[in-house]
Amino acid sequence: MILQTQDLTASYGDFRALFGVNISLEPGQIVSIIGANGAGKTTLMRSISGVLQNAPEQVVFKGKPIGDLPASNIMQRGIAMVPEGRRLFPSLSVEENLLVGADRRKGSGPWNLHSVYALFPILSEFRSRPATALSGGQQQMIAIGRALMSNPEVLLFDEISLGLAPIVIREIYAAMPKILSQGTGAIIVEQDIAQAMRVASYVYCMIEGKVSLEGAPADLSRSVVHEAYFGAAA
Amino acid sequence: MIGIDTIIQGVLLGGLYALFASGLSLIFGIMRLVNLAHGDLIVFAGYLILVGVSVFGLNPFLSALIAAPLMFGVGWVLQLAVLNRVLGHNILPPLLVTFGLSVILQNLLLETFSADSQRIPVGVLETASVDIGVTSLGLLPLLTFGSAIAVILILNWIFYRTALGRAFRAVSDDPTTASLMGIKPNRIFALATGLALVIVTIAALYLGMRANFDPTTGPARLLYAFEAVIIGGLGNLWGTLIGGMIIGVSQTVGAALNPEWQILAGHVAFLIVLLIRPRGLMPKQ
Repeated sequence: MILQTQDLTASYGDFRALFGVNISLEPGQIVSIIGANGAGKTTLMRSISGVLQNAPEQVVFKGKPIGDLPASNIMQRGIAMVPEGRRLFPSLSVEENLLVGADRRKGSGPWNLHSVYALFPILSEFRSRPATALSGGQQQMIAIGRALMSNPEVLLFDEISLGLAPIVIREIYAAMPKILSQGTGAIIVEQDIAQAMRVASYVYCMIEGKVSLEGAPADLSRSVVHEAYFGAAA
Repeated sequence: MIGIDTIIQGVLLGGLYALFASGLSLIFGIMRLVNLAHGDLIVFAGYLILVGVSVFGLNPFLSALIAAPLMFGVGWVLQLAVLNRVLGHNILPPLLVTFGLSVILQNLLLETFSADSQRIPVGVLETASVDIGVTSLGLLPLLTFGSAIAVILILNWIFYRTALGRAFRAVSDDPTTASLMGIKPNRIFALATGLALVIVTIAALYLGMRANFDPTTGPARLLYAFEAVIIGGLGNLWGTLIGGMIIGVSQTVGAALNPEWQILAGHVAFLIVLLIRPRGLMPKQ
């Protein structure tokens, strides 16, 4: 096990957003998190990546408690995030956005400017343009490339397909085997249940800050997932 | 009489104003913090250099070289210990804190150095000049202008060619996402303020060698710096240099027409530019 959360209870001030969430990730494994809006998926990602801080032992990475560390420190340990809405730096060019991903951690692995451009050739064409001048799908490629540049051991994808055209989503999922070819583990937050079940070897469904269902996709029937996704009333 | 030398004097004076403005612009550009104590920090650095010269008998340039890292440390500590605590969505707390800092600095300098006006003695450099045919140029104003250009070149190089510059711009865009890149925004802010105070030291050196200063000189320097930044357009250092030159030329031309108009002419030029180009001459897109 490379990463796990243990009874994670994240809060925004007085507002409790997560109520004892336990998830775990094996090296090289893809886990996806599904759930409706407000289920706590983004809070979970923010807690793992250190944007939200918690009790130390609530997040454990390679056997070490990291729940209380700031985001900068967690990134340097090898967990990179592709944030919701891409969050590229508008003042930086495409290439600078990629470079900034590696300035504080090069890591050891195959990813550098050259290999990221080989993965997404279109980025190389636009390398000196401002990053936010590109299309949504291309921006998502930059965000993924930027996270890869540090050669992370775990990649977090928050709302990976939100706001993207179906054809772009297919393109990005098609690149996933290459993205994770070095045994990089990934946690993917995905709105599209079918897509999430296809790509992952283990799925967690969240509702109201708790895990309502988990299991390997093959073991989960459609009706069970729907019930866990929308709550018992649905 | 307004001759070519009046214009050139003004242009060169603009270099000094660009030096005043660059540090202010750097801090504002990276953390959206308007440092109302900027002028007083220039005067503070001026006294620091003066102590090196008058107490330890150092050459002013050597004294500034020693003061620069000290001022970097002042900026670093000031940012980490004070200013980082008030940065946020509300722009009022940093304004109040730096205004308070301005008052404290002025009184501290008044207590320590008295209200007497001082000058950094420069010896022969004060009157040395270079003959360029039509007129002769003071070596000191030339050095000031050259230093302003060097500072802008170096800052632009840092901003657009180095990892530190990428971190500056990334943090300025979005501190939370920058922290996901392993950047510590508070450290970057401290570095930026330290760097700004190194530029403040250079500005203080030339201010102190050119004119008298006393503990209350700061706010007027802050005003010139603001005007230069705004005329040039926020976020553009070359624009800031142009802004400084416009104020400088207006002042020397104003003074040539009537000595009472010197300061006023600079402010009037600023207002005219604001009327015509409210976003400055060279705004960043």
